Amino acid sequence: MTIEVKQLVRDLSIPSPGDITRPALAGERETMVLNMGPHHPSTHGVLRLVVELDGETVVNVAPDIGYLHTGIEKSMESKTYQKALVMTDRTDYLAPLSNNLSYVLAVEQLLGCTVPERATTVRVLLVELQRISSHLVWLGTHALDLAAMSVFLYGFREREQILDIFELVSGARMMTSYFRVGGLAYDVPPEFPAAVQALLAIMPERIDEYEALLTHNPIWLERTRGIGAIDTASAIALGVTGPALRATGFAWDLRRDMPYCGYETYEFAVPIARNGDIYDRYLVRVAEMRESVKICAQALDRLIALGPGPYVTSDRKIAPPPKSEITHSMESLIHHFKLWTEGFKPPRGDTLAAIESPRGELATYIVSDGSPKPYRVHFRAPSFVNLQALPHMARGHLVADLVALIASMDPVLGEVDR
Amino acid sequence: MDHAAIIARLRAYDPDAVLGDREFRGQLSVAIRPEAIVRIAQFLYDDPELSYQFLENLCAVDYLGRNPRFEVVYHLLSFTRRHRLCLTVGLPEQAPAVASLTAIWPTANYQEREAYDLFGITFVGHPSLERILMPEDWQGHPLRKDVPLGGEEVAFTFNQARIDARKPYARD
Repeated sequence: MTIEVKQLVRDLSIPSPGDITRPALAGERETMVLNMGPHHPSTHGVLRLVVELDGETVVNVAPDIGYLHTGIEKSMESKTYQKALVMTDRTDYLAPLSNNLSYVLAVEQLLGCTVPERATTVRVLLVELQRISSHLVWLGTHALDLAAMSVFLYGFREREQILDIFELVSGARMMTSYFRVGGLAYDVPPEFPAAVQALLAIMPERIDEYEALLTHNPIWLERTRGIGAIDTASAIALGVTGPALRATGFAWDLRRDMPYCGYETYEFAVPIARNGDIYDRYLVRVAEMRESVKICAQALDRLIALGPGPYVTSDRKIAPPPKSEITHSMESLIHHFKLWTEGFKPPRGDTLAAIESPRGELATYIVSDGSPKPYRVHFRAPSFVNLQALPHMARGHLVADLVALIASMDPVLGEVDR
Repeated sequence: MDHAAIIARLRAYDPDAVLGDREFRGQLSVAIRPEAIVRIAQFLYDDPELSYQFLENLCAVDYLGRNPRFEVVYHLLSFTRRHRLCLTVGLPEQAPAVASLTAIWPTANYQEREAYDLFGITFVGHPSLERILMPEDWQGHPLRKDVPLGGEEVAFTFNQARIDARKPYARD
């Protein structure tokens, strides 16, 4: 039994660059060390890979990260809870709304505050749109890495439309900071439902278009099928979550299995595949986009049925009062002043709030010492943890497959390095 | 299985390992004696009723001025019971060290390297405990509470030479 465990660990070893660059010992086969990145277009950011090659075959890979480390967790410790929110946009910059959500859920859990239904519904709707837009960037760049240029142009066409919706609600295309503790920054504008409806109406056939380009494309199949496969047990041992885990055949989705934001009341499927290779990860993500469209449609129906209502908690100790109240209510003015000069003080304690981001499980761990600033914030970033599976997946494949493999893991280096 | 039952099962397995438990906002966290962390993690992993098979999160917290100063926080997840359990281990200010969990969960590898890099906590038995986010030649551990924010001067053309002169790497 012990031997089996040891075998498993060796198989799943995650080397650091130093393990690869040491000179070959006497009697060992000479291999070549290739430095890939950090400035390489297929690394999706600044990821450096130290690759050990035997001919064109990958013997070992050591990811070297940290080039984008900006100390986001440290900076957040010196800001109040409301002001620290803007830092979360900058971790996973392809899914800022998902990061916002994970953070505000953690703070709301600390405070024990409730959120109006209108805000929760808008949150669900927007993070699902975010999932589609994030998957579109993945699809476009993944195809681009394998020399299929047109998919990128198709994908970015719809992504643009989604970013326009984000701009409509928050004023920003990417760094939205739209979800606030207790609800939303402001209400959605009247044009919002029509804009979402227009997108949802075209989306299913647009996804068919992407699939027509790739799903049965012989070159695509050749480059992706049977490459970089991982089984469920190894994926769990290496901490892989999200589409890469579901592609191995294990249906684990926090939206369904440990629901937040009322996901249990929406109808959607959790797409899975079987082989856990690059092609299966592609299939899972494409199927997920279709499911997200369904969730968005349900959320939009609910939003319209709800009608106008509060979009942020009425607890004035957490969310500022509306501007109109400040002009004639002394108490509101005091609340406003206290919130923006001092902030709110959650009770002492620590919580973890996990959500299913487009890349996997994104969790925010916050420690409160009772002051208006978080004592410690930690992000369990899915890209960072998933990256550990890369050496295991890449061993034995060609160096050209490595490019496809990185893209199929969909890492965002801003989130890896934080 | 409710929280009291989980604690009871842990105490039944190793009464000395559990130092205390608390519940905050419905989340259970258990303080573990540092020497027992691998035993307890293995038990939680193997036990068919608990089956915490996934190491969800591993991070460190610096409680400067408190004894023990450092805390390593582990979040374990049970897929079958859909439950999350938090384990904490307190470590002293002088030479904080705890056994690595990489033998049970290879995913602890990067997360332990991160805690080592940013807090200076040694994980005994880790296969390659090196800096991961900060440069190799960095001195100190930036997420510790006694490291000031903004203590690092930003290099521009006008002050580049002055900064390089006091950095060890520039002299190599």
